[in-house]
Amino acid sequence: MAVTVSKPVPTRWFGRIGDVLKTLFWGNRPFRRVLALVIFFGGWQFLCAINFDFFINFQLIPSPWEVLFATIDFVTSDPWIHFRSSIQRVFFGYLAASVLGIFLGVLIGWFEAVEDLFLPPLELLRPIPAVAWIPLAILMFPNAESGMVYITFIGAFFPMLISTIRGVESTLSDTVLIRVGQCLGANSWHIFKDIVIPGSMPSIASGLTIGMGNAWFCLVTAEILAGRYGVGYITWESYVTSNYPPIVMGMLLIGLMGALSSWAVGRATNALMPWRVINKQGGG
Amino acid sequence: MEDVMVTMQRTAERQTLKGAVQVEGLSVVYRRKNYENRVLDSIQLSIQPGEFVCLLGPSGCGKSTLLNVIAGFLKPSAGYVLVDQMPISRPGADRGFVFQQYSLLPWKTTFQNIELGLKIRGVPKAERTERVHEYLNRVGLYKHRSSYPHQLSGGMQQRASIIRALVNSPSVLLMDEPFAALDAQTRHMMQEMLLGIWDDLKTTVIFVTHDIEEAIFLGDRICTMGVHPGRIKSEIPIDLPRPRHFDDTLSKEFLALHRQVFTCIREETMKSMEESF
Ligand SMILES: Nc1ncnc2c1ncn2[C@@H]1O[C@H](COP(=O)(O)OP(=O)(O)O)[C@@H](O)[C@H]1O
Ligand SMILES: [Mg+2]
Repeated sequence: MAVTVSKPVPTRWFGRIGDVLKTLFWGNRPFRRVLALVIFFGGWQFLCAINFDFFINFQLIPSPWEVLFATIDFVTSDPWIHFRSSIQRVFFGYLAASVLGIFLGVLIGWFEAVEDLFLPPLELLRPIPAVAWIPLAILMFPNAESGMVYITFIGAFFPMLISTIRGVESTLSDTVLIRVGQCLGANSWHIFKDIVIPGSMPSIASGLTIGMGNAWFCLVTAEILAGRYGVGYITWESYVTSNYPPIVMGMLLIGLMGALSSWAVGRATNALMPWRVINKQGGG
Repeated sequence: MEDVMVTMQRTAERQTLKGAVQVEGLSVVYRRKNYENRVLDSIQLSIQPGEFVCLLGPSGCGKSTLLNVIAGFLKPSAGYVLVDQMPISRPGADRGFVFQQYSLLPWKTTFQNIELGLKIRGVPKAERTERVHEYLNRVGLYKHRSSYPHQLSGGMQQRASIIRALVNSPSVLLMDEPFAALDAQTRHMMQEMLLGIWDDLKTTVIFVTHDIEEAIFLGDRICTMGVHPGRIKSEIPIDLPRPRHFDDTLSKEFLALHRQVFTCIREETMKSMEESF
């Protein structure tokens, strides 16, 4: 009985370095994410440095350096009041939007009569952009603060409403799940709480995440109403006074806060759904 | 001789049990715009308490439709179903159902899934836990009680679905091709396991399948169904001794029955194949 043992093929030294680089960097997800940011800012700096002007014009666009200096200026001169005002507005608008959006969405998805009574006017209001609400917000609300909360509310409310309705409806259309409940003796209330609500959770969660993004999305619009404070207000004010670097800084800060809070919402909602597994292509 | 005694005893026992099913003149017609599809036509079926009946027929002959009417998911166009002399109008926990698809609620653990029926009925927590644990042990799922369905194999999920129905002590267990999606090995184990449980509980079972061997192995009686319109074509008693084991599927009696049943449904299968072209 001859057993052939295949000798390990000696890998060449550069092949091995390639492997090391691969495990250290390419296989490393945080590294890939940082790389994406480096490429983004590097590309932007490059386009500004060469005064790129081919259909899109970068000549007047502040470069990342200028924005960085504007940011240092801003951060060293008591920025907290601006952050706090903005976060507060987004928070209250978002809170109201989630409570109302999910509540109404569940009822509209579950009861036909509620759908008929509420959905037509809501569908009519849905396509109206937040900026178009500014005049009415000024007229309707007793002070600018509540008007601003209302504008962020508008941004967050509709994605939440629609996702919730879709989630409830798609769970209801899953005949097998509903039948499972029925032949265990479930009444409508049991089916609602044990099947329909958990079944629509993934959809509600994506509404919550999109809604969070949209609330920040509407912040500049909302803070057009602001007299003094707010990250969106600074952005708008810099535009009015043609001071460009702070505009980009404001945009990036809003993007950052929006991304962070969406991420937090995503984490929180995933924690509520321990039964889900997500396997992506190329995932480890 | 002893076998006959046992069978007689068992029959006597069963007559006192719940779970008699009577299907009377049952028709189901699906209406489209200008076209009627008579899926079931005047089905007549009478099932004894504790009996294990297999509904066998080619796909599309209306087996699921018949089961769905008995479950109360579907209203018949004519006729009615009685379970223990009570007419069926809606689904209920007295008729357990095992679906062909994996149907555990993805957001509940194995334990919570199986507990759900008892919880809905308001059985106290301690009693519920004891009962669910007993059934989990019965099918070897105790150590998986805290797993979510996606962590279980197909066979485990179907075992959990079976005890989810049985833990409520239904009068009838309705099973719609529950093992069709499993591999052959697992399927055989599931069949033996099901017979084991059924022997203990003596619940009436109506088991839908398109697999002749499965029907003979499991059933006291096979009702073969024909297509267009769906009808009960023949009823074949299976008096193979119980408990049955998988080796029995190679016995002479088994093969003879196989041939008999095959001849019965062959014609209908041809018919259903022709219609689908
Ligand atoms: N909801 C429905 N609407 C119209 N036709 C249906 C519906 N459900 C089933 N059918 C028809 O009824 C027939 C029997 O279906 P089914 O009971 O699922 O058969 P089986 O379970 O024996 O494969 C099929 O021909 C199918 O086309
Ligand atoms: Mg079927």
